[in-house]
Amino acid sequence: MTEQEIYADLTAEFGDKIIEFVVEETLNPTVVVKADSLADICTYLKDTEALQFDSLMNLAGHDSDGVSDLSVIYHFHSTFLDHYITLKIFTPREDSTVDSVANIYRTADWHEREAWDLYGIKFNGHPDLKRILLEEDWEGHPLKKDYVAAEFYRGMRIAKVK
Amino acid sequence: MGALNHKFNENILITSLDKLLNWSRSGSEWYFQFGLACCAIEMMSAAAARHDLERFGAMPRSSPRQADVMIVAGTVTLKMATRVKRLYEQMAEPKYVISMGSCANSGGPYWQHGYHVLKGVDQIIPVDVYIPGCPPRPEALIEGLLHLQKKMREEPRLAKKEGQE
Repeated sequence: MTEQEIYADLTAEFGDKIIEFVVEETLNPTVVVKADSLADICTYLKDTEALQFDSLMNLAGHDSDGVSDLSVIYHFHSTFLDHYITLKIFTPREDSTVDSVANIYRTADWHEREAWDLYGIKFNGHPDLKRILLEEDWEGHPLKKDYVAAEFYRGMRIAKVK
Repeated sequence: MGALNHKFNENILITSLDKLLNWSRSGSEWYFQFGLACCAIEMMSAAAARHDLERFGAMPRSSPRQADVMIVAGTVTLKMATRVKRLYEQMAEPKYVISMGSCANSGGPYWQHGYHVLKGVDQIIPVDVYIPGCPPRPEALIEGLLHLQKKMREEPRLAKKEGQE
C-alpha cells in the first residue's frame, strides 16, 4: 500500500483522531495523529491483515524551535508487505506525556527512554522509564532547545575553560 | 663512571641503580587497553602488525592493575570521566597518562557546545604527554610513547628528591 492509501485506511478507522497527512519533498509522508489514541492506532497498524506493520524502525523526539510543542515521530515498516508509514504526535512542552507503545513494539522500550532522557517526554505505561545515555543524577533534558547547560557537573566544569 | 671505568673485566657494566631501573621501566610501557572513540582505532592500528608497538616494549593490558601507562584515546564524556578517574586510581605506581587526540586534550570539536564532554582529561587526572591530532596517526602515538620513554629515563627513582629527608 502507498502512504496515501494507508492514510485513507486510518481515517476510515479512526475518524477525527487522525489530524492531517503531510507530504513534503524531503521527508517521509507523515500522518499526524492525536496523542491520546496513539496506542490504539499502533495496535491497529500491527494487527490489521492489510497493514501488518511488524517493525517500528525508529522513534524520535523532536523540538522544532524551543517554543512550540514537542513532537514524537514513529517510523513503521512492514517486513511482510514492504510498505512504510510515519506517524507524528504533538505534546505540550511542559509535562509532556505520551502513552508508551513499548508493550506493542519492543523497539520502543529503549527509544522511549532516549526521548525521555534528551527531551523530557514522559511515556505512560513504560516498563522502566529511566535515563539511557546520561547519568541518573543529570539535571534537565539537553536536546530541548531552551536547555541551558549547567556550569558544573559533579565538580567538573562543563562550560569551556577560559 | 669516571675512575671506575675499565677497572673490571669486559662483561661488567657500571651504572647507577636509577638509570638501570629507568632503562628497564621505559622499555616496558604496558599501556591500558582503553579506547573511548575513534582515537582507539588509531591506537589499535599502532599496536597491530604494520606499526607494531611491541617493538618499543609497549603492549596492551586489559587490567589497570597491570598497566603502567593509560592512553586516554578519545572523547571523555562527563559520564565516562568519573570512570576514567577511578581506573587511573586503580593503576599501580609509577603510572603515566598519555592524552591522545584533540578530545582528550581539550574537548576537541565539543569545545564550545558539548554539554556532555569534559574539556580536557587533564582536569581530572595528571597528564604526562599530549598528542595532537584528530585522530593522531599511529606514528604520532609512537612519538608520544617515545617522548614518555625519554621522560621516564630522566626521572630520579632512588635518589632523594629535593626537600626529602
